[in-house]
Amino acid sequence: MTNPDDLSRRKLLMKMGVLFNGIVAAVLAVPIFRYILSPVAQERKQGFQSWLSLGELNQFPAGQTRFATYRNPLVNPWDGKTGDIACWVRNVDGKTFQVFAINCAHLGCPVRWFPQSNLFMCPCHGGAYYQDGSRASGPPERGLFEYHYKIEEGELFIKAGEMPTPGQKTQSSLVTLETRRCV
Amino acid sequence: MRLIGQIADWLDARLQVGQTLRETAEHPVPRDTASWFYVFGSAAFVVFILQIFTGILLALIYVPSAGEAWNSLQVLNHGIQLGWFVRALHGWGSEFMVAIVLLHMVQVFLFGAYKFPRELTWIIGVFLLLMTLGMAFTGQVLRFDQDAYWGLGLGASIASRVPGVGPAIVNVMLGGPIIAGATLSRFFAMHVFVIPGMLIAFVAIHLLMVVKLGINDWPMPGRVVRKATYVQEYHELTKKDGLPFVPGAVWKDLCFSAAILLAVAACAMYFGPFGPSGRPDPTIIQTAPHPDFFFLWLYAVLSLLPPSMETPVLLIGPVIVIIALLALPFVFGEGEKSWRRRPIAVLSILLIAVALGDFTHLGTFTPWSPVMDAWSSDSIPPQFLHNRSALERQGALVFQEKQCHNCHALDNIGGKRGPALDSVAARRTQDQLIRQVIQGGGNMPAYGKNLSPAETTALVSFLETLRPEGQPAAKDSSRSVGLDPQSGKPVSVQP
Repeated sequence: MTNPDDLSRRKLLMKMGVLFNGIVAAVLAVPIFRYILSPVAQERKQGFQSWLSLGELNQFPAGQTRFATYRNPLVNPWDGKTGDIACWVRNVDGKTFQVFAINCAHLGCPVRWFPQSNLFMCPCHGGAYYQDGSRASGPPERGLFEYHYKIEEGELFIKAGEMPTPGQKTQSSLVTLETRRCV
Repeated sequence: MRLIGQIADWLDARLQVGQTLRETAEHPVPRDTASWFYVFGSAAFVVFILQIFTGILLALIYVPSAGEAWNSLQVLNHGIQLGWFVRALHGWGSEFMVAIVLLHMVQVFLFGAYKFPRELTWIIGVFLLLMTLGMAFTGQVLRFDQDAYWGLGLGASIASRVPGVGPAIVNVMLGGPIIAGATLSRFFAMHVFVIPGMLIAFVAIHLLMVVKLGINDWPMPGRVVRKATYVQEYHELTKKDGLPFVPGAVWKDLCFSAAILLAVAACAMYFGPFGPSGRPDPTIIQTAPHPDFFFLWLYAVLSLLPPSMETPVLLIGPVIVIIALLALPFVFGEGEKSWRRRPIAVLSILLIAVALGDFTHLGTFTPWSPVMDAWSSDSIPPQFLHNRSALERQGALVFQEKQCHNCHALDNIGGKRGPALDSVAARRTQDQLIRQVIQGGGNMPAYGKNLSPAETTALVSFLETLRPEGQPAAKDSSRSVGLDPQSGKPVSVQP
């Protein structure tokens, strides 16, 4: 025969068991979530960007826009070719440069440069940009993404390391549209 | 035979499932549900089983590494005996699965099967549809080629637009700052473990509910669903005019499923596997990425939405659609089931089908994209060059050299981004042509900085020749104000 007191003690024990499991689950959830969110935490801590060389300046003649590639700073050995990223380098007048991301500001497809008509065109949804990266036509809401650059000892460096996307905040390392020179 | 029976008895004495299975198989269903309209669910299930099997077979060879995935697909296609066939079965299986799931959904909707008491069955079904689409998208990523790479970029660009947390979502989705090995591993885990696991669980619940609640009775106009009476009416119906599911109805399911499997195999055999297209090397930019068939409509929508509408539609649209699908059985849980008495339901299906079909059709030939090599590989048809002056032909050269042809077609050759120019001179005067070329507008870039005055003159004089025979050139009537219509000379005005 079970007496009511017994029953309530068993109920209490079961509740304690559930509570104990809940605590263990919460304790385990913390490291699991940190593991899943590690790419975000990493960006907060040290950032994905660093200064990368695009090569000697003489590869980029004045007044022209040339294709360039770099190896992403953060890669794993099994990333293969996906660690190689392309960009467009425009040598405006021999002294100033513009370095555009390859990704269309609409949905990230690779834009192509047409020197004859001085336009960048996107093969996906038909976005087009002028030579200074500003939007010419099509669905993009803004101009091409532009990297910061610096010149050191005859070499062109850009600050890069993360795929640019339309939602990135203005304080990210890309050149903001407001500060872009009109050339 | 006796031995098999003995083994079965021995097993069942321990498992104790024989009775339940027999009752489930032989549960009575309304006679007219043994119909060819009621076979899509079981066919989707059978194709799902095929996907699990072929998926496991592919996993024997496939390497989920950004550096090696593409190579392992080449080995599957060319190095392993019949590897191409297993890939093709899996690829075509996925197309068939999406198609059948959609058909199943349309049938269930038109037959009112989502109404009381099967609301939850419908809701689980909505999740099953989303998971099926999730499998299709993640599977496309696993075929790690150029389309997959840039498709991921597209997904990231959409995700980044979520206010506030967009960039963080992108980093979690890609597993880092760029599309790379971590991205593929993530999608591999989703495609192989997470979504299939959820699919199996949800399919089990879905099926359990179909058995427990009974298959939807054939909708009769006038037989109205009421929560108070429906369950009793349904049981009377199955008792009065029912037959056991096995073998009364199941033979149609069996035949249809086998036919579908045969069709998958035939497509796999005849058309072969999907891709992979070019190597996933982001420095190879001579590519025109496009999604798989069932996402073509989305590709079209993304091209055709006005820029300002895009982010709201992308972020809010799916939420509205999913909420509408989930709310449907609660809002319309009672009432008429028959499509004959639900004209709005039928019209909605037609509207959605026409819209999706039309967008998909547009997605197959992407009229919104410039034809990237039209300027260098497409010719100007000879009828536009015959009997033209040197200046006009010079203009035709400018037309090619400045890539006008990439967006504008002549005699249907060239891009379709902008209007075809076969009859532009009948629509635009010289002044309008010059203005359009130099200033652009109406979704055309301005060419003022990129054309010398001589080039503009030549181009416009070529454009002025572009009109069908017999059609007059567009005329600026303001120019003839004050001119004598006969002589064309200024009218002398008496002071």
